[in-house]
Amino acid sequence: MNVENGIHDAHYFVPHPSRWPIVGSIGLFSLAMGAAFSMNGFVAGQWGLLFGALVIIWMLFGWFGDVVRESVAGSYGQQVDHSFRWGMSWFIFSEVMFFAAFFGALFYTRVLSVPEIGGTGFTNRLLWEGFSAHWPFATGPETTAYHTMEADGIPAINTMILLTSGATLTLAHWGLVAGNRTKLTLGLLATVLLGTLFLCFQAYEYHHAWTEMALTLNSGAYGATFYMLTGFHGMHVLVGTIMLTVMLVRVLRGHFSAEHHFGFEAAAWYWHFVDVVWLLLFVFVYVL
Amino acid sequence: MTTLAHEAHHAGHDGHHAPAGWRRWVFATNHKDIGTLYLWFSFAMFLTGGLMALGIRAELFKPGLQFWQPEFFNQLTTLHGVIMVFGAIMPAFTGLANWQLPLMLGAPDMAFARMNNWSFWLLPPAALLLLISFFVPGGAAAGGWTLYPPLSVKAGMGMDLAIFAIHLLGLSSIMGSINIVTTILNMRAPGMTLLKMPMFAWTTLITAYLLIAVAPVLAGAVTMLLTDRHFGTHFFSAAGGGDPVLFQHIFWFFGHPEVYIMALPAFGVVSQIIPTFSRKPLFGYVSMVYATCSIAVLSFMVWAHHMFMVGLPLDAQLIFMFITMLISVPTGVKVFNWVATMWQGSLTFETPMLFAIGFVCLFTVGGFSGLVLSIAPIDTQMHDGYYVVAHFHYVLVAGALFSLFGATYYWLPKWTGYMYHEGRGKFHFWWSMIFFNVTFFPMHFLGLAGMPRRIPDYALQFTDFNMIASIGAFCFGFGQLLFLYNVIHTIKGGVGKAPANPWEGAHTLEWEVPSPAPHHTWETPPDEALVRKGLRAQYLEGHDD
Repeated sequence: MNVENGIHDAHYFVPHPSRWPIVGSIGLFSLAMGAAFSMNGFVAGQWGLLFGALVIIWMLFGWFGDVVRESVAGSYGQQVDHSFRWGMSWFIFSEVMFFAAFFGALFYTRVLSVPEIGGTGFTNRLLWEGFSAHWPFATGPETTAYHTMEADGIPAINTMILLTSGATLTLAHWGLVAGNRTKLTLGLLATVLLGTLFLCFQAYEYHHAWTEMALTLNSGAYGATFYMLTGFHGMHVLVGTIMLTVMLVRVLRGHFSAEHHFGFEAAAWYWHFVDVVWLLLFVFVYVL
Repeated sequence: MTTLAHEAHHAGHDGHHAPAGWRRWVFATNHKDIGTLYLWFSFAMFLTGGLMALGIRAELFKPGLQFWQPEFFNQLTTLHGVIMVFGAIMPAFTGLANWQLPLMLGAPDMAFARMNNWSFWLLPPAALLLLISFFVPGGAAAGGWTLYPPLSVKAGMGMDLAIFAIHLLGLSSIMGSINIVTTILNMRAPGMTLLKMPMFAWTTLITAYLLIAVAPVLAGAVTMLLTDRHFGTHFFSAAGGGDPVLFQHIFWFFGHPEVYIMALPAFGVVSQIIPTFSRKPLFGYVSMVYATCSIAVLSFMVWAHHMFMVGLPLDAQLIFMFITMLISVPTGVKVFNWVATMWQGSLTFETPMLFAIGFVCLFTVGGFSGLVLSIAPIDTQMHDGYYVVAHFHYVLVAGALFSLFGATYYWLPKWTGYMYHEGRGKFHFWWSMIFFNVTFFPMHFLGLAGMPRRIPDYALQFTDFNMIASIGAFCFGFGQLLFLYNVIHTIKGGVGKAPANPWEGAHTLEWEVPSPAPHHTWETPPDEALVRKGLRAQYLEGHDD
């Protein structure tokens, strides 16, 4: 779109050769090997996991460190800024599609496979006689009895927390644009704290579900979709909180100006995306 | 063609930022170096997957078990599919996009040069995981490249390695695609609006969009497979309320757009080559763009035609059948446009053009057999049979692969600075053309006669056609060493230096830089007059009135 408007940096910034990508590849390879071996009973695989995780963390510090340094040095012109905006937008789109796979699994299970198994037809007689279809169902031939998660209580509180965090983040952004440093810092700090609080509540919820409600990954299609959706969402909240924490540090170091702060905006986009996913989760996993 | 004055300036910068030795390749941020890495990697994978194909064809030369146990045969078919799709065809097109997009759009590099490196360097670890999986207990994944449960849930640890390999390949695809989309949307030369881009840029854009949309879906599917295998979930098991068919739905929601991810860039390549050697602008440029976009949209709505045999309701089968047939409309538009471009053109038949014409003929055959398979009652007969194998090899080998050969011969002068040997190029084409058909055409008959796929042994009446196919496969396979020879011969000097534009009828921007293309090109965007000159020659500008 901007080409028609004629936005071309005099020299589009092309980074120097970098070692971080290959470091990341080695880390991911080690993680993959470690995971495959430890999942199949080779204890040594855990060393691969540990090594891979450490290498990835090193890579993230190094790579993003380079990006921050280049940004602070003013290497990124307006066209590069546009590239970052496009890049982040498409990355979030890919995340949307990732969650779509699991939502698809949830909808398919609830609308098609459970009613089919519990129906009056051939499938029921063949596979699971006596099972009557309802959702959530609490027993199965390969699963022990469990309780299902109610929407009120922690999930409702967590919804309020995430919605509030979206508001505090916007306040912080307004503070950044208006040059109000106090508003920016406090808003961002509040967002990070709310994100952390959300994660603590979710950890408590998981612990409670696993130990006292007997709700585990093994609890049939309900347990599987519940943990897969809320678990991946929780991981994204964790990543988002880490991103916002990094942004807080960068704010304190004075990296951002009212005009030039895409790192902050990218983290904010990501946070709002995670927020929207939670709302869908709350409706389809907990309420309905 | 004359070399333009401003290129001397570029040539002066040649080599700066370019470390020597292994660091040049491992730490690369230059789109040409990364493109080269992609292309060589994909060729290595092509030979690896090809070797597996020859293993398959050797076993199928005659009935009975000659060489492999059935378990290993299944590993061969599975890894042949995975490696050819994810290791050979897709990276080759990404490599082309890497080399060509910045040159054709007038951009200094890809939008995210460092991430570009990571997109590539995730591929060798993924390939390594797949190759290692042959040597772990239980061997490599053996459930077919579609990894259907319950087989894939029960399989040994080779499946886990395949799952993680797919995760890495997916990451690579997503990052590569984000890079391509951003480069196209944000880095075009002044005056090159979207509807004036080279067709290759358009098809690459749509391909990248499809890949960003579906690669995460595949990642989700194999993640659920992983938790079903090791963490006690029941996504794909009726014993917990799940359904193995769910995996098929999710897989093919990825899998069908994936077919177009491998076909659309081929359409783009052919749409560059045919106008060049017809010395005419591409016929129906705008309709080509719309056809590409509508193929992309439709590709999301046809996945269940891979599943006519799993017990879908009749209504669903009909809907998916009709929408599938609908895809032949935009595809037909494309074939029509290619033929119309050649119509009354001043044709010459250099190697790239031969591969492009071969593509149009054989891809159309594959398209028609696809149309046959889209008919649900016929698919009931053909499903999981050799007709299906014939069909998708017509679109993937004579389609995607032929276009890649064409593209390589077409752009090799730009990449290496030398001309390939035309006679040997043509020989490579005719050899491939003939033995491709010897290999895969009999498979139509085998499928119609009822031979199932993914089996190491078969009934006696299938012997003759299997023997023909196996002979064809070995000739086709070893013939590709000629391609390797042609490329290396060209790199070493070929038949002489290539001018900046060796093709009379080529008017896109990559031909405005010297051959070989300097390490850095278009560090400042090409000026608008130069862009418009090319656009006018392609009838994309200034001929409306």
